Amino acid sequence: MSNIRKAFENGKAFIPFITCGDPDLDTTKAIVHAMAENGADLIELGIPFSDPTAEGPVIQGANLRALRGGVMTDKIFDMVVELRKDVKLPMVFMTYANVVYSYGTERFLDRAAAIGMDGLILPDVPYEEKADFSGACRERGLDLISLIAPTSHERIAMIAKEADGFVYCVSSLGVTGMRSEITTDVGAMVKLVKSVSDIPAAIGFGISNPETAAKMAAQSDGVIVGSAIVKLIEKYGHDAVPYVAQFVREMKAAISPN
Amino acid sequence: MERRMTKTGSRGRFGVHGGQYIPETLMNAVIELEEAYNHYKNDPQFQAELTELFNNYAGRPSRLYYAKKMTEDLGGAKIYLKREDLNHTGAHKINNVLGQTLLAKKMGKTRVIAETGAGQHGVAAATAAALMGMECEVFMGEEDTKRQALNVYKMRLLGATVHPVSSGTGTLKDAVSETMREWTNRIADTHYVLGSVMGPHPFPTIVRDFQAVISKEIKEQCLAAEGKLPDAVLACVGGGSNAIGAFYHFIEDEGVRLIGCEAAGRGVDTFETAATIATGRLGIFHGMKSYFCQDEYGQIAPVYSISAGLDYPGIGPEHAWLHDTGRAEYVAITDDEAVDAFEYLSRMEGIIPAIESAHAVAYAKKLAPQMEKDQVMVINISGRGDKDCAAIARYRGEDLHE
Repeated sequence: MSNIRKAFENGKAFIPFITCGDPDLDTTKAIVHAMAENGADLIELGIPFSDPTAEGPVIQGANLRALRGGVMTDKIFDMVVELRKDVKLPMVFMTYANVVYSYGTERFLDRAAAIGMDGLILPDVPYEEKADFSGACRERGLDLISLIAPTSHERIAMIAKEADGFVYCVSSLGVTGMRSEITTDVGAMVKLVKSVSDIPAAIGFGISNPETAAKMAAQSDGVIVGSAIVKLIEKYGHDAVPYVAQFVREMKAAISPN
Repeated sequence: MERRMTKTGSRGRFGVHGGQYIPETLMNAVIELEEAYNHYKNDPQFQAELTELFNNYAGRPSRLYYAKKMTEDLGGAKIYLKREDLNHTGAHKINNVLGQTLLAKKMGKTRVIAETGAGQHGVAAATAAALMGMECEVFMGEEDTKRQALNVYKMRLLGATVHPVSSGTGTLKDAVSETMREWTNRIADTHYVLGSVMGPHPFPTIVRDFQAVISKEIKEQCLAAEGKLPDAVLACVGGGSNAIGAFYHFIEDEGVRLIGCEAAGRGVDTFETAATIATGRLGIFHGMKSYFCQDEYGQIAPVYSISAGLDYPGIGPEHAWLHDTGRAEYVAITDDEAVDAFEYLSRMEGIIPAIESAHAVAYAKKLAPQMEKDQVMVINISGRGDKDCAAIARYRGEDLHE
């Protein structure tokens, strides 16, 4: 069992995302600690990319701020080394194919495994192209996370059968960002996953408040929240730590049974 | 040409290049597009309708014009100009949009979306949408909407909605990213009319096939005029659609030199360049594996060229492969050389080329004198230069504004 499965042993999993280096790496480190202490079960660390084509305006802004601040992949690896001294939760990198490929896929994954990362999410690598990364991930004990979308239909079984770690269910059409409601039948998507695999399934895209989180968690094994957290960081900058801590606490409480 | 397709593995490869590096949300859309295209490309009815549009709407075949004065002035190879600038809307872009919009209509789509840099592809897409009664939305970098205000007006005149894109650098690559984002948002009734031989499979193949009419005509016209194939074919390259169109039917003819002319901007040894083959590295971006201008951490580099149509940090996967195999050559032309060529062709032949096409003219000026007088060179004049006159005047220090 990979470390990622442990994230799903503590009730419904709460999976927060942040962009590393927004506004700087010291703040990122403090926020990761706060998230770990306030109920996060697995943390997605975003490595910024110049052209994040799957992101809405909020996370695009975070990528831009982080890159303007001079954050680069090696500095993020160094930050994870520091974090791993006391943060034991599973953590995955979320970035774009070129960040990994351009660094040298094997070199990137060697380093990621050595510093204690558990997996990788690449939103621009679908099932058909995963061979570029999946074998090299498996060799190093890293899970390459598979995504399914509302348009996936008959592809869900094919994807889920070969998925590692957990399946990332994209709740809605479009890019990341906060939404007033989620209209997709995500429960049906999760059922299709479960019909072929016992792999955990977590729902992301558009979840920004405790009510939606509770609704989504009821139909799955966990929820992923990015833009709502990044929005707090955008607003409060270096002072965002207590606000993120409180938000994570409320969200974890909302998806946990009374 | 492409590697054999496998049923579940990666599709649309040119050597190591190509593929489908896009979000899962779009996968069924590109699969649907590939299936529809594979059906219609062999459908005589579809091909007849497209030929009708090419000939009676776009004005094809475009002329292969013998540039006598230029030939005599340079004193080497016989120079012919392939006049894509005479097409309706003034560039080769119309070939692709007529093909894709007709395909979209057959697929039952009612709305097309497109990215544009300088606005040529956007205007062409808006034109085809008007003709075929489809809704059209164009995404254009905010910077470009200011620099090319006239084209923004043309698109609106044709009934399209223009969305300025302020994310990133506010230029062509950001317009592509934003159009991809919009496609993930609304897929069922919408086709993304990609403007070049780039992006995820099947776009590089579809766009190439629609543009390949250029080399098909050059071959017939050159044989008729000279009784032989050309010795060299030159075209400018950004994403590479006019170049692949001019090259495609000659790839099998090893004796024909194929030369792509990239935009060096202020020089390939500066950061202000868009010459991807000269300065780029293998990477994955905008749905494809190919060469990209990028930094050591894979961040896509801001690129620069006087030509907005060549101002893109990547190159189509088939060009990357033609470069790898040595079948085509790629050279870099600076802003200064392109502007000189823009003025040269205007005065020599009375033809004002697009500043993009002027990059190919600039290399022809260097190459023709080194060739024999019985050799034949074809330059693809991919578009006309009306759109560039104000900018070139300013480049030369004149205080001219549209």
